Parts: sequence; C-alpha cells; structure tokens
Amino acid sequence: MTLQALLSGQGLMFLFFAVAAIASGILVVILQNPLRAALSLVINLFSVAGLYLSLNAYFLATVQVIVYAGAIMVLFLFVIMLLNMGQANLNTSYRGVRTIIAFSSAIGFGGLMSAVALKGQPNVMLPADAMVTGSSAGSVEGIGKVLYNPNLPWLFAFEWTSFLLLVAVIGAVVLAGKRQQPSEDKA
Amino acid sequence: MLSSYIPVLVMVAGATIVALALIGLSALLGPRRPSASKDSAYECGVTPIGSARERFPVKFYLTAMLFIVFDIETIFLYPWAVNYKASGGLMFFNLVEMLVFVAILLVGYIYVWKRGGLEWG
Repeated sequence: MTLQALLSGQGLMFLFFAVAAIASGILVVILQNPLRAALSLVINLFSVAGLYLSLNAYFLATVQVIVYAGAIMVLFLFVIMLLNMGQANLNTSYRGVRTIIAFSSAIGFGGLMSAVALKGQPNVMLPADAMVTGSSAGSVEGIGKVLYNPNLPWLFAFEWTSFLLLVAVIGAVVLAGKRQQPSEDKA
Repeated sequence: MLSSYIPVLVMVAGATIVALALIGLSALLGPRRPSASKDSAYECGVTPIGSARERFPVKFYLTAMLFIVFDIETIFLYPWAVNYKASGGLMFFNLVEMLVFVAILLVGYIYVWKRGGLEWG
C-alpha cells in the first residue's frame, strides 16, 4: 500500500481500525479481569470487521459482526460465567511453560509477518476473485452469484456445509445435552 | 460501494458520542455521596444474599452452541436472498438448492428437539 493510498478515505479508515484492533488486542492480553478482556475482544472483533470493510470485503465484514462479535463472544462470556471466573485473578503458575509458548508464538508470528513484508504483496488469487471481477468481488451479491451458481463447483461445497453444521448440532447435544433417562426411553 | 456504509459510520460515531457524553456528564455533574446501603447491589429492594457471581448451568452453553450453528445457517441465507430476485431462469433451481440445505439442517433441529435439547427442566 503506497502512502497516497493510505491517505485516501479508505486508507484512513483502514489505519483507524488497524490502530483500534491493535490497541484492543493488547488490552485483551494485559487486562487482569477476564470479563474486561472479553469486552476488549468485542472491540477488537468489531475493528477487524471495519478492516474488512475498508478492504472491500463487505460480506466478510457482515459475517465478522454476526458470527464473531455476536455468537462467538456469547460463548466466551458463557465460559467465563460457567467457570465462575468473574473475580478470578489470572493463574501465575506454569510461568516457564508460558514464557516458552509466548516466545515461540511471537517468533513464529514475527517470521510470518516479515516474510510477507520482504516478499511484498503475496500473489495469491482466491477462486472467488477469479470468478467475480472488479469491485463486486467481496460484496454480498458477488459472493452469492458465485456460491449458488450451478455451473461452478462451489455449490456442492455449500450443500455439504449443511452436513458440517448438522454434525456440529449433534456434537453439541451429545457433549452438553441432557442424558436420556431410562424411563424416558420406554415412554 | 463503501460510501453506502457512511450511515453506519455516522450511527457508530453518534452512539459513541452519546454514550461518552452521558457517562462524562454524570461524572462531572452528579453529586457523589456514597453510603453502605447505596453501594450494595439492588435486588428489588431486598437485602442481597450471597454473591451475584454464581456458576451457570451448562444448559446455557448448549443453547449458545445451537444458536451459533443456526446463526451460520442464516449467514448462508443472506447472499442467497440478496441474489434471489435477480437469478431469473435459475430461480426454481436456487429455491431447491436452498431447500436441500435447510432440510439437512432441519434433521439436526428435529434431533435436538427429540433429545430434549430445547427443554429446560
């Protein structure tokens, strides 16, 4: 991204949401209260949705808000409440293991980022990009036209997604659901 | 394309400003005379019993997980619905393909219902 592109309206939007995402991401890590960290994560997820918007990925931004900021965050908060962590201070044991994990993930992430920076723009073309041209590539209409088109291979994948969701439903009920009582079986 | 999101941006900015202004104004103008009974949690006028931070039953989590699954189903309905009227000759085909998708998830819904996953007691 050149400096000129960065100073356009869209570029400024990208910068704003990038700073907000990084700041709220740092807050998630350093805040001691788990609930505050989770709420910072909400801001972080919304900022990432803003980043998607500024990159013309409109559908992805919608999904980010509906699924991540909406549904996934509810799960996060429920876990905090299930484990009764509202008041809990973070565990200070396993400090050595934590340091090793922190350093290795930092080195891995840094290596990935510097590889992208050194190599310049990665010349990767997603299948959807190849099919939908121009500015409608990330729009809801563009994605719909590709995904539900009987002449393109992604319709099959879309139908199979419902089986994936079906497995998720059954898995959720089996793991967390009520055990069936023997008397209920007879009834 | 992006300019059509300007109203959203205005709304977000407006909501942030109003929230900050209300919190700021009440912090600036409101008198602060705390007392023990004012600082206690309000439980419909009854003296609070125990901590509000109880462990939650796992049923809430099951409901939330099922919500996510059907939430993702709506995600797939969204681009389909946006394009439906413009699909022309493919309209019937598009209807059938979405019906297949929904029918498979309906099996999951019936399974949850039969297993009592939607019951609270």
